[in-house]
Amino acid sequence: MSNLRSLTFDAIIIGGGGSGLRAALELAKSGKKTAVLSKVFPTRSHTVSAQGGITCAIASDDPNDDWRWHMYDTVKGGDYIADQDAAEYMCSEGPKAVFELEHMGLPFSRLDNGRIYQRPFGGQSKNFGEGGQAARTCAAADRTGHALLHTLYQNNLKNNTVFLNEWYAVDLVKNASGDVVGCIAMCIETGEVVHIKSKATVLATGGAGRIYASTTNALINTGDGIGMALRAGFPMQDMEMWQFHPTGIYGAGTLVTEGCRGEGGYLINKDGERFMERYAPNAKDLAGRDVVARSMVMEILEGRGCGEKGDHVFLKLDHLGEEVLGKRLPGIVELSKTFAHIDPAKDPIPVVPTCHYMMGGIPTNIHGQAITMDESGNDHIVNGLFACGEAACVSVHGANRLGGNSLLDLVVFGRAAGMFIEGALNEGIEYLDASESDIESAMKRITRWNESEGGESIPELKAELQEIMQTSFGVFREEKNMLEGVDKLALLRERIANAYLPDKSNAFNTARVEALELDNLMEVAEATAIAALERKESRGAHSRYDYPDRDDVNWLKHSLFFPATKELKKRDVNFKPKTVDTFEPKVRTY
Amino acid sequence: MSNLQVSVYRYNPETDSAPYMQEFQVDTKGRDVMVLDVLHMMKEQDSGLAFRRSCREGVCGSDGMNMNGKNGLACITPLSDVVKNNKLTLRPLPGLPVIRDMVVDMGLFYKQYERIQPYLQNDTPAPAIERLQSPEERDKLDGLYECILCACCSTSCPSFWWNPEKFVGPAGLLQSYRFLADSRDTATSERLSNLEDPFSVFRCRGIMNCVAVCPKGLNPTRAIGKIREMLLADAT
Repeated sequence: MSNLRSLTFDAIIIGGGGSGLRAALELAKSGKKTAVLSKVFPTRSHTVSAQGGITCAIASDDPNDDWRWHMYDTVKGGDYIADQDAAEYMCSEGPKAVFELEHMGLPFSRLDNGRIYQRPFGGQSKNFGEGGQAARTCAAADRTGHALLHTLYQNNLKNNTVFLNEWYAVDLVKNASGDVVGCIAMCIETGEVVHIKSKATVLATGGAGRIYASTTNALINTGDGIGMALRAGFPMQDMEMWQFHPTGIYGAGTLVTEGCRGEGGYLINKDGERFMERYAPNAKDLAGRDVVARSMVMEILEGRGCGEKGDHVFLKLDHLGEEVLGKRLPGIVELSKTFAHIDPAKDPIPVVPTCHYMMGGIPTNIHGQAITMDESGNDHIVNGLFACGEAACVSVHGANRLGGNSLLDLVVFGRAAGMFIEGALNEGIEYLDASESDIESAMKRITRWNESEGGESIPELKAELQEIMQTSFGVFREEKNMLEGVDKLALLRERIANAYLPDKSNAFNTARVEALELDNLMEVAEATAIAALERKESRGAHSRYDYPDRDDVNWLKHSLFFPATKELKKRDVNFKPKTVDTFEPKVRTY
Repeated sequence: MSNLQVSVYRYNPETDSAPYMQEFQVDTKGRDVMVLDVLHMMKEQDSGLAFRRSCREGVCGSDGMNMNGKNGLACITPLSDVVKNNKLTLRPLPGLPVIRDMVVDMGLFYKQYERIQPYLQNDTPAPAIERLQSPEERDKLDGLYECILCACCSTSCPSFWWNPEKFVGPAGLLQSYRFLADSRDTATSERLSNLEDPFSVFRCRGIMNCVAVCPKGLNPTRAIGKIREMLLADAT
């Protein structure tokens, strides 16, 4: 394709959120020719919305805190399908990564002794669940994601990272040997499409909460990296595992941090009862998010919901007092006023479980290398392809992520991927160049949209997709409903393949970006639906009426969705941490 | 507020020889939705309408724009705050070159941000744990670090309109003071010497448009005042 301009980098990082910027920082310092490609200016990435904090055993609140306790909580929280080698790596390396952020300038809140402020979050314990509630989440008020993302962007400026801001990655370029050797990308401002050649392509594209009608996620969370990887034929892991955050603001979907409950807030039903005492007698409102979300839905279904329709519950914060709210939760006060029209110092916030986080994603090892699996069940590294952050499934979150673990995941594995790629580049890697036809196949879908002459409209198809996912793949699931959902998605895929992009102009054409995003939403939705239908048990966030129990005999496994055949296979979970004993699966109670 | 009358600035460099205002009728079904919701409804009528948006909750800073004459974030501005006589006029942030419709070229704004070296500088070796900072020292960063770089302030500032190349502008100066105020930063004198010319800081005339429009309730004018004090103390 001689008419395409090409750009060449040692490493291209797709995505300018927390994990992408952390990986980029490592590579920029190494002097490798690196660029970050982001569809929005980096500080507009969804990491900016993270509120409550970054969970890590830095032993500030409790000098005896231990990363092994954090690892135990993480593995238990993930309902035992988190990979224990990965959880071990994240929890033990975590303190280093958090101190680095502080050294870079992150304005953490402080304790009287000058150390970083830590607050209690859900699913946290001391002494392997025996020592009561821990306070392990390092916070910058309730704006930790904003503080973290800006700090990382600032340090990338300091280290002269190259940015391709407001560029959109369209598809991966794969060579004849199946190695990933770059991508096709579009400059949004000019509409120019280029071929980016790189020895390492890092997908740091974040989550895809926009497959649901109601989500805490930014409008840009459309699973672009997941879509690209699936179209390139690579498998996705644990895509049935979607976290519904207990406290999205009713109606608006905007997030209210778990830190509210960490600071002493609690949920009440229409009778004013603190109902979590019934469902989780020990941890109460600080049980795992999956447990709290299900309990809320039970309250609503049993007629104890609040409001005219009885379709939400309340989060009570007024007893904390204006001073604590102003100091520790100022962003929540703002959001409640804007989106719920209440002042939490006086009235409770109406909340409802809302799609929040994708535990699944591109399977990787702890170095961020993407993995696929052969017919006999052996893992293979995909040459040239890396993933980190929410787009990746290392897996540290298993079937349910603990609050505060996503920011830690971003910085630990962004950093790990950066360090590994630097080492690999130093050793020297060369792959076969892409051929004309390899590039053409990566150009296929943008060409399809550009040549579309009629068909259904993009916003309507997107709304239908979101409605299907909301109806059939929500907090509680069952076969009949999911089968209907899968059928509807199959039809929708055909319709999207024939949909229409009316605006073919070049300059800042956001309609074209939304068309390309719709393809990605479709890929993510399909992988989610098929994985959810096939996992015939209840585990973590995946909860089925027809299979209400966890089935460790058959399903103590990752699921792996293969796009070419639309088959779901099983992949072994790692139970071999290097320095601690295996945490054996137990019944999970809070 | 059914059938809201919206007038929107349109310009596509490929097809329009000059910008123009386009009229839309939007049925909000009587709800007090956000301006961003109205933009999405208009985009369903005309997919070519271009505007930036991301978080839709006022923390990413993508959708700064001019709504009935006042800069703000479309996603956290309810119609009841801005609409008068059922009319809403939307224009891009003033003073920056327009790329298309509501999308402006933020290059100059970012350049001024980069100029103040917006990162912590500390020439002492980092300890094995975090650098300590007392809660009182940390309190000094409140009202500064929360900036979301939406550019509502700088693009409402006449001094920035006149001298966008030389005057840092309220957003950049707020961030400059965020680092000057940080007990962990050791580059105070270098930071000040980068600002001591007649334009970088001293072009601020205390008009305070920045304070009036900041969607996060921050006060760049106060921060600029503090920098002035530091510069003057430094000079004596």
